[in-house]
Amino acid sequence: MRNIRILVRNIRDGFKNVFRNISLSFASISCITVTLIIVAAAIVGSWNVENFADMIKDDFTIVAFVKNDATEEDKAKIKEELEKIRNVESIDFISKKDIMEEMKQESDTFNSVMSSWGESENPLDDTYQIRVKEDEKISKTAERIKSIDKIEKVSYGEGMVDNMLSIFSIVKNILIVIVVALVIVTAFLIVNTIKITIFSRQEEIEIKRLVGASNFSIKQPFVIEGLIIGLLGSIIPIIVTIYGYSYLYEKTGGKMFSQFIKLVKPFPFSIYISLILLAIGVLVGMYGSNKAVRKYLKI
Amino acid sequence: MEFIKITDVEKVYKTGVTAIYGLNLRIKKGDFAFIIGASGSGKSTLMKMLYREEKPTRGEILIGGVNVGKLRNRKVYKLRRKLGIVFQDFKLLPKLTVFENVAFALEMYGYPKYEIRQKTLKALELVGLKEKAKNFPHELSGGEQQRVSIARAIVNSPKLLICDEPTGNLDPDTSLEIMKVLEVINDLGTTIIVVTHDRDIVNQMKKRVILLDKGRLKKDYEKGTYDKNEKH
Repeated sequence: MRNIRILVRNIRDGFKNVFRNISLSFASISCITVTLIIVAAAIVGSWNVENFADMIKDDFTIVAFVKNDATEEDKAKIKEELEKIRNVESIDFISKKDIMEEMKQESDTFNSVMSSWGESENPLDDTYQIRVKEDEKISKTAERIKSIDKIEKVSYGEGMVDNMLSIFSIVKNILIVIVVALVIVTAFLIVNTIKITIFSRQEEIEIKRLVGASNFSIKQPFVIEGLIIGLLGSIIPIIVTIYGYSYLYEKTGGKMFSQFIKLVKPFPFSIYISLILLAIGVLVGMYGSNKAVRKYLKI
Repeated sequence: MEFIKITDVEKVYKTGVTAIYGLNLRIKKGDFAFIIGASGSGKSTLMKMLYREEKPTRGEILIGGVNVGKLRNRKVYKLRRKLGIVFQDFKLLPKLTVFENVAFALEMYGYPKYEIRQKTLKALELVGLKEKAKNFPHELSGGEQQRVSIARAIVNSPKLLICDEPTGNLDPDTSLEIMKVLEVINDLGTTIIVVTHDRDIVNQMKKRVILLDKGRLKKDYEKGTYDKNEKH
């Protein structure tokens, strides 16, 4: 009961102080706002890159073409060999007959040509479609599959896939560094801004200490003040994220640059980002004021 | 009954200056004691050690059985809640009314509203300022402001009231008025220690007088006066 009363009073005081020192609070709030908007853009970017990378990765398969003269025994042996490779996740055998049927259904031209082929005249190859566990090792795995006897050739979109993967991870890492750096810089700015507000209230803190207020109860209103500043600072970034992103999504029809790069759907994606922004804003505000007030307490 | 027991206390500041040398002092419960001495005699240091703003370098200070010097910084507030402190410069918050300034301490402890009101009004009545509860500090005279700070110090019924030059900023008549207030509080059972320079007051009050000189206890009179022959 006692602690609740203190908490209620400190929340009231926190609000009072934010608005009493509105010009300084405004400095902190706008500082958080600007940072969070940039952070939001960075998160939206890296999340989309990640999403797109995942989508492509799902399509990563090695197609191994079996030589046309391979016997059933050879094929069984190939399968055995494939199963021995550690990076292999799944193996699908698609016979040349299946491929032919599939192609026949795709177009009438194929259908009329292929229907004339006899059983042994099918020029297509039997294939194994192999999914790998670790995409980064896809080229090595492909090399190994190629060395298996009676494998004609192996295809996995070689150079392009490798390049794309490394570009993705670079882009993602850069964005993460930007986000972390911004959050640190903001925390630092907030600490200093709040220090200025606290400086003018040094006497109040001193008197509180002398009349027997615990450090915790002296700190609490300041930390709540930081929380409120963080809360107010994240309002605009959240609005910008929710409306801005769904506007972008609608404007582009959910696709970026080409048909292949699909954007993450705005819902619930933008809600997640809003929550992240809110959390960053509140934590940075609380951390900043906690750090600033500690200086004036003997702990 | 010995309420404050100071045994062999020495205080050396980080700068290397020794403020108190081997001090032994006993103060009984319900005592009213003046501590006098020239600037630099260690009075303020002694006061600061009593409310644990400073720690003794050596020796032991017991207040009501609690070893003050051994208190951790985090726990100091527990000691401060049991004693009242009055300063020369009042230390009132200018943006709060008289009532709020006194209630302030109780709010920090989380008392319920009606209890805060009751205790605050009682303390203000004791110092004779109930009518000015809604005024702000700058609307009061110096003596009245000091009475507010006394009300704040006694609002939680402390066992010990420490006054560091409470009349330093006040004229002689007002000073005497403050002393009368302190005497009333003392009669109610609170132990009071007053640090002062004010010769007239000490002579008029005829209370215990403890004289410090260059960090050492020089004289301790039971019902003392400010000896004119002493150099201060």
